Parts: sequence; C-alpha cells; structure tokens
Amino acid sequence: MSRNRNTSAQPQDGADVKGVNGFRKKLTPMQRWGWLFLGPVVAAFIIGFVWPFIQGIYLSFCKFTLIRDAKFNGISNFIDAFKDATFLHAFWYTALFAVVSLVLINVLAFAVAYFLTQGIKGSNLFRTVFFMPNLIGGIVLGYIWSMIFDGVLSHLNTNIFMETKYGFWGLIILMLWQQIGYMMIIYIAGLQAVPDDMLEASKIDGASKWQTLWKVTIPNVMPSITICMFLSLTNGFKLFDQNLALNGGGQPFIQQADGSVVKTTEMLALNIYNTFYGSSSAAKGVAQAKAVIFFILVAGLGLAQLAYTRKKEVQQ
Amino acid sequence: MKKKILVITLCICMALTLLAGCSNGKKGSVYWLNFKPESDEVLQKIATMYKEKTGVDVKVVTAASGTYSQTLTSEMEKSAPPTLFVIGNSAGVKTWADYALDLKDTAVAKELSTDAYNLYDESGKLVSIGYCYECYGIIVNPDLLKQAGYEVSSINNFAALKAAAEDIHARAAELGFDAFTSNDMDSSSSWRYTGHMINLDYYYEEKDAGKTWTECPDTITGAYVDNFRQLYDLCVNNSTVDRSELATGGHDAQNEFKTGKAVFYVQGSWEYSAVAESVPNATMIPYYCGVAGEEKAGLNCGTENCWAVNSKASKADQDATLDFMYWCVTDPEASALLVESFGVMPYKNAVASTNGFLKASEDYAKAGCYVMDWATNYQPEVDNYRAAFVSALNQYNADPTDANWETVRTAIVDGWATQAAIAKG
Repeated sequence: MSRNRNTSAQPQDGADVKGVNGFRKKLTPMQRWGWLFLGPVVAAFIIGFVWPFIQGIYLSFCKFTLIRDAKFNGISNFIDAFKDATFLHAFWYTALFAVVSLVLINVLAFAVAYFLTQGIKGSNLFRTVFFMPNLIGGIVLGYIWSMIFDGVLSHLNTNIFMETKYGFWGLIILMLWQQIGYMMIIYIAGLQAVPDDMLEASKIDGASKWQTLWKVTIPNVMPSITICMFLSLTNGFKLFDQNLALNGGGQPFIQQADGSVVKTTEMLALNIYNTFYGSSSAAKGVAQAKAVIFFILVAGLGLAQLAYTRKKEVQQ
Repeated sequence: MKKKILVITLCICMALTLLAGCSNGKKGSVYWLNFKPESDEVLQKIATMYKEKTGVDVKVVTAASGTYSQTLTSEMEKSAPPTLFVIGNSAGVKTWADYALDLKDTAVAKELSTDAYNLYDESGKLVSIGYCYECYGIIVNPDLLKQAGYEVSSINNFAALKAAAEDIHARAAELGFDAFTSNDMDSSSSWRYTGHMINLDYYYEEKDAGKTWTECPDTITGAYVDNFRQLYDLCVNNSTVDRSELATGGHDAQNEFKTGKAVFYVQGSWEYSAVAESVPNATMIPYYCGVAGEEKAGLNCGTENCWAVNSKASKADQDATLDFMYWCVTDPEASALLVESFGVMPYKNAVASTNGFLKASEDYAKAGCYVMDWATNYQPEVDNYRAAFVSALNQYNADPTDANWETVRTAIVDGWATQAAIAKG
C-alpha cells in the first residue's frame, strides 16, 4: 500500500508528478501561483507588523528625537524605565484594574449569558441591547460616562478627578458596561453548544440545577471561558482611550517626595503615551523601552493564562 | 511581441509621471506647520497669495488644538518634513534645536524691531524668531462695568478690583450678569491659571531679583504665591460657575463673556477678534493681585509664536522659506492680514496692530507702566509641572482651606525645583 502511494502518480491531481524518479516535478497551478495569493498578505504583514516591531525593539535601545536620527545608547532606557516611579505605579494600578475587571466582566457576562439561554421571552432583544455599548468608541464612552459620574458625584460636592478610588471604580463600571455584552455573545455560543443529552442525563441522575451548572455546563464552556478571560485580561492591560477620556489623563495627580508627579489613575498604555510626548527630549527612547516591557508583559501573561485555562478544558 | 513592447512602453510612461513631482524641486517650496488653529484660515489665504505672486508652493498644515508636539514629531519624520515650524519655549529649544537653522544674519531676522522674543540655544545659535507677540490679563466689558457703577479707569489695584467684583457678584441676580466668567480647570482652560496667571509670581520674583530669566532657574521662592491666591480666589468665588464644578469643565467662558453674562474674563489678546464682534469696546487690565506699587503694572506680554527653519530641509527649500518669511513681514498686504490674526508683529516694516487688547497694552506702556514679561515660558517639564498644579487647585477648589492651599504652594514651588532637576537630567 505504502509502496503504491510512493511510486504511482496520483490521478486526482491531474498532473504528472514524477519527482521521485528524478524528473523535474511539474507543479500544480496552486503550487505555482500560491505566492501570488500569499504575497500581498505576507508583504502587508511584514510592512505593517514585523518591520515596525523589529524597529521598535531597536529603538528601545536608542536615544532619539526623530527615528532616523536614533543613536544607540545600550540599555540605559530600560534602566530609566524601571527607575521611573510613575511607570511602576502605572504597572501595579493596571494589574489591579486588569484583575478586578477580568473577574467582574466574566462573572457578569456569564451570568447574563446563562439567563438569556434559559428560553426567557425577548432574549434576542436583550442580547442586542447588552451588545450595543460595545459598538461605541472608547473616547466617546469616556466622555459620556464622565458626565454621568459628575452628575452623580456633584451631589456629594466632589467629582471623578478628586479621588483615585472614584477614577478606578468609574473606569471599572465603564468597562463592565462596554465589555459584558461582547463576552456574553461568546458565552452564549458556548452555552448553546453544551450537548442536550448531557444535561438530560444529569437531570435524570437527579443533579440539582447548581450541580448541573458546576459539573456539566461550566466544564463544557471552558473553551469560551478561556477566550473570554484572555480577551478581558489583555483588554484590561491595553486599555488606553477610556482611561484618557474618563480620568482626565490620569487625575488626581500626586507630587512624590522625589519630585516626580504620579498620575494616580494613569494606566500603562497612557503612561507610555505621556512619556513619549513629554517635554523631556530623552523621553522618547524611554517610552519605547516601556513599550517593549509592556509587550513582553502582556504577551507573557496572556500566554500563561491561555495555557492554564486550556488545561481545564474537557473534550466532548 | 508587439503587444509586449506596447505594455513595456506604457509602464515606462506611467513610471515617468511619478517623476513629475520632482520637477519643481529645484525651485524649493514652503511647508509651514502652524500651531494655532484660530489662525489657519488667514494662513491659507496668505499661502494662496504668495503662490499667485511668486509661483512658489506654500503648504500650511495646522495641528489640532493641543496636539502640536505630537504632530510636529510625526511630520518631521516624513520624507517631506515642515520647512517652517514653531519653537516657542525653552523646552522646545532643548528638543528641536538640532533641527533649527541658525537664523542670525538672515534678511528676515534683520527686519526684527526687537530681540525680546527670540530664542537662542546654549551655543548662542538663534534657533527661532518671534513673528508676533501677545499679551494676557483680565478682559473687561466696560459697558457692563459702568452699568454696575464702576469705571475701567478706577480699577488700578487689587482692592478696587475686589470691591467691584464682589459687589457685582452679590448683585448678580439684580444686574443680570456676574463678575467673572467660568474658570474651568479642564485641559482646555486650566492653562489660563497654571500657565498665565501664575506668571505674576514668576514676574515679580524676577523683578525682585533685578534681572529677567534667560534660562529656567533651578528654584523659585514662591514669594508671590499668596498674591496669586488672592486673585485666583477672587475669580472663582465671584463667577458664573461654582468652584466645585470647575474640575471637569464643560463651560464656555468665551461665550459667557460675548453674551454679556459676566464683566471680567481671564484671557489673552488672541481672543480679540472673537470677543470684539460682540463687545467692540472690550479692553484688558493687568493681573492686580495686591503687590505694592501695582498701580504701575501693565499687561503680560510675550510670545510662544517663534519661527524656526528646518536645518535638515534642502537648501532650495530653506531659501524659499526664508524668502517667504521675509515677504510675510514686509509686504503691506500680507502683514496686514497676519497682524489682523496675530495682533502685533515685531518687525520694522510690518503694518501696525488693530488689536484692542494690544493697544491697551501699549497705552499702559505709554503711561509709564511696567510690562510683565512671560517668565512662564521657562516652566520646567511643562506638562508634568502643570499637571500637579492643576490637581492641587482641584483639591483646593473642592475644599478651599489653608491646608489645601499649601498643597498648591508645594506644586508651584517644590514642583518647580524637582521638575527643573529632572529637566536638567
């Protein structure tokens, strides 16, 4: 059988493939023209992603005002980045935000998805309504919610720029409002794919609703949980426009003993942006170094989380 | 075969059209990256005029409000970067001096009537030259003031200003207008205090020391921070909007002034054309803040409008740009248009100003009052310095206690020292 496969031409290809006998292999049209189809995508990927990425890493080791005049200066940008109190503050603040938003978004999105797959009336309408906030851009959302929070907080004679906790929970509420609908759609797809016979079997075996949820439903929707957690974790870390618009660029600001100003609600992405366009001419390289650290961090955490939750997935 | 030749010929023709763009390369062209959105319309007109007269292309691009530094950075990266751009303060000189042509001995620099608005780098290179100067202070609506029973001429110190403002605020319901327009602390408006009004402290410190700053001092004393507080409190306590609502902004001070909702408006000369439409006789008074002898104070005059020429541009483009600048400040028609938008151009042959606030400034100077220069241009690490300042003022506005004022003082005085140290590396 295997000899046959090696020596005889495969008639379904419709071409003479004589490679094994030492003749020049005649290529199929797809093999011949494949590059034509792949080419534009590969080129776009290299121009739009690979090259800027490599250049970005190189620039993190340089001092520059304009990219073309970059001068290599070793790892001093990285040293400066780690010495920067605002960067470290932004890191811990972002980590806290990412964890809190990850938990809340996923618990609530799953709950909403669960109720909307119980066959209640008007569930399609609810799905649409819950999903809609996701269609509004981050900057606009930030300003809209800033007005809402101010309306509420003005009764307490304060506003969202006054205290870090207002800024933090304000941003959490905004993100919940925006993201729950999106994650809900993914969970609904997962819930609908749970085999009915399994649910029926557990019912017959006398499992309570709670037991069914924990022992049957959740293990079966683990792939959805994996992807939703990955998305909400990376979204939390990468958050930029909502942070910029809602928190007035990171207010309230606090003056440190060493003289630097910590923008208490400034997250990593915004910190990098503010560093890059800060008035210090040496700052661009440092911002670039921060961006590289940021990439390693987000990629590392994302992959670790994927690997961990993948292990919990069950094969149907 | 014939077909192939035809195809190749067509391809070559197509490729050659790409070279057409290079044809006027020798002549040079001008690309002005402008940072004042309100001047864009006039500058586009100027560009067309120049093209018609000389055939030289002038492209004017205006950065969106508050994004000049971002736009400049990305535009300078391009293969055809701006040939004419703005370096307006000492921080700008630090970042961009390497990209600026030494303007010393150029024809346009020789036209300058004063050296006061020029910026030099450490080596003494003339990095940028002022193309107009401005002034700021407190804009007044004389008609409303009169209606309330006061005269502009009678307000010549803090006590008089305070008496008038507090009286007007107390009678606001009866009069139908208030003393000050809103004093928002969001990014579109906070610079009126953290960039402009605070200049009174810097200026009087300079005055006490007996010399003007030529670079950012390592420390400031904050000797006049309490005077700043007096004036700031007067503004926010006697205004159309309660001080607790200022942090997030959203009010339109200019519109309040234009529609006669308030008598006083903390702003600068660039507002003249907008304001004069509704209040033609609007004038400007200095920041009276309770300093001894302030009856002799004038307005705060200075500029961030300084032209720099790109040293990395081709020689032809540099020459074209310098010619264009020379034309702007000497041609009667062009300078008339520019003066209308910019206020005053400090050049020997430029047309005189029509701006009422700058005229007020000249009147003060003629009456022997001292001009307060823009020491504020030396603020170190401007964005961070002002960020801490704004945050402290927000806390103070929410709860105006002495303890909270000390936070503001820390931001102003200690913030200066620390940011200056960071800026110097």
